Amino acid sequence: MQAERSFPIGAPILELSNISLSFGGVRAITGTSFKVLQHEIRAIIGPNGAGKSSMLNCINGIYKPQEGTVAFKGQVLEKINPNFIARKGISRTFQNLALFKRMSVLDNILVGRRLHMNANFLEVAFQLPKARREEKENREKSEEIVEFLEIEDIRDTAVGKLPYGLQKKVELGRALATEAEVLLLDEPMAGMNVEEKREMCRFILKVNDELGTTMVLIEHDMGVVMDISDSVVVLDYGKVIADGPPEDVRSNQNVIDAYLGVAHD
Amino acid sequence: MSAKPVFMTYTKGDVVNFVVLMALAFLVIPSIVETDYWYTSILIPWLCLALAAIGQQIVMGYTGQLSLGAAGFMAAGAFACFNFILRVPDIPFFVALGLSGLVAAGFGILFGLPSLRVRGIYLMVATLASQFFIIWMIDKFGWFKNYDTSGIITAQDIVIFGHAFTSPMEMFFVVVVVVTVLTLLAMNMARGSTGRNWMAVRDMDIAAESMGISLLRTKLQAFAISAFYCGVAGALFAFTYLKSLEPVAFDIKLSFEILFMVILGGLGTINGAFIGAAFILLFPVVLNSVGNNLFHGAIDATIISSIEQVVFGVLIIVFMIYEPLGMAKLWDNIKQRFLRSRSLRNEVPRDHKGLSKQES
Repeated sequence: MQAERSFPIGAPILELSNISLSFGGVRAITGTSFKVLQHEIRAIIGPNGAGKSSMLNCINGIYKPQEGTVAFKGQVLEKINPNFIARKGISRTFQNLALFKRMSVLDNILVGRRLHMNANFLEVAFQLPKARREEKENREKSEEIVEFLEIEDIRDTAVGKLPYGLQKKVELGRALATEAEVLLLDEPMAGMNVEEKREMCRFILKVNDELGTTMVLIEHDMGVVMDISDSVVVLDYGKVIADGPPEDVRSNQNVIDAYLGVAHD
Repeated sequence: MSAKPVFMTYTKGDVVNFVVLMALAFLVIPSIVETDYWYTSILIPWLCLALAAIGQQIVMGYTGQLSLGAAGFMAAGAFACFNFILRVPDIPFFVALGLSGLVAAGFGILFGLPSLRVRGIYLMVATLASQFFIIWMIDKFGWFKNYDTSGIITAQDIVIFGHAFTSPMEMFFVVVVVVTVLTLLAMNMARGSTGRNWMAVRDMDIAAESMGISLLRTKLQAFAISAFYCGVAGALFAFTYLKSLEPVAFDIKLSFEILFMVILGGLGTINGAFIGAAFILLFPVVLNSVGNNLFHGAIDATIISSIEQVVFGVLIIVFMIYEPLGMAKLWDNIKQRFLRSRSLRNEVPRDHKGLSKQES
């Protein structure tokens, strides 16, 4: 399977070094370092409160770590804000859904195309050729994503009216629409049934395979993690306790202890 | 929604609506309206206020930034227009109007700055500053009023290509042209990427930022464009409706009325601005004539105006709870139901035929 990949795993694309983040006196992440390789599917796992989502928020610039740096393609990200980092080519989904609820599915995905649309408000207001051309092109792209995710029948529905599983799908669509090189997926399958999870896995693998998008995903379902990820990093209490291919991580004693608890005597 | 655009981004329905409305404005209304009252007291103020409501709609309905400074921006636009015409010889009226919009937009950016730090009701309070500051500034510095001491300044004539537009009907045409153009531009923005950026900021700012939308630029842009619309509306309001310039005409009450127009009309819709403005403007008129004709003056005028306030208050609460999308949405629902019942009626006979065939 590894040998057939159209985008073989390459050099590190994201390097997190020595990240520390605390909120007041609470330390969420303590001196964590790990790397994400180009074109790989990287899973972050760990018990609740281990600092997984905080980690993604640090990469994406929502949180500013007190210490440490995030390097993207060998360059340390000098500004830490989501807008700047989005422009660099890192996109994401959110744990608790952060969709534009009153906008239609298609419009949500079109917002994902934001960085591919450069017409300013005057060009849009007067519908100058540039604005019209880019609107048409990006609409077509968005329709392709709608088709890819098989959500054509709800494309004009306001996202807020959709059931949870579909909203998760739309959020993935919006992230895909950015055509970012790295996608951060924060529990993309939370709250889904087996069927929906399988479908979601299929989409993730397909995108990774066809576009070579690097994925960093947080997931609780071990079956899913073992199935789709190329390597896994395990966090506990804000620290990396294991890092490696899924089969190694699974048998790692530290990981088993962290998940099942260990007797102190 | 899924209808194919026939001209630029407009669907067949849009074009039909446009043609009908233009025919109404330029052919039907001029031929059936006989008294100036309709122009001077209803149509002109309605369109001016609807334009200001579009401005409010952009910042509040689309971008989700609560703002209560619309009348302040209108005052800025009105006095800017007065000064441009006064001080720049032979300035074309439309140029003066556009420049006054830009002056108001400058104020919009300035008073939009708090939106980068505070939100919701706190932002609303912060934007009140524009309301009070602009009026204070005009009152304080005599230059803005050309050192007129009487307090009320007569607005100059609207001169376009050497022709003075002084009759109510002519003024109405000027207003229709400006409002039509600006409404089309607003619709283009709202439907295009600009509008999507606004709504993304409204619905979920963190996600918008993560998609590469700059909150700072988007919010200030919305404030600027909103103030531009209010400024132009204010200038038109002063020049075609009030025919005079006085800061008190743009007091906080007007800001609130524009806010109500947007809420009742329907947040985040351009139609809503027109529907809301019509309602707020016409409702007192209707109530008055009902009071006079039905009860033959038995009800005191002050009571009628109190009733008006009560009804507005109740309606706003009702809309907030049951239909946050306002009257525009009600109108849509009625249209939908009408269309559906019509298509059902067309389908039913076919079904009957099918059935009878099977039976026989």
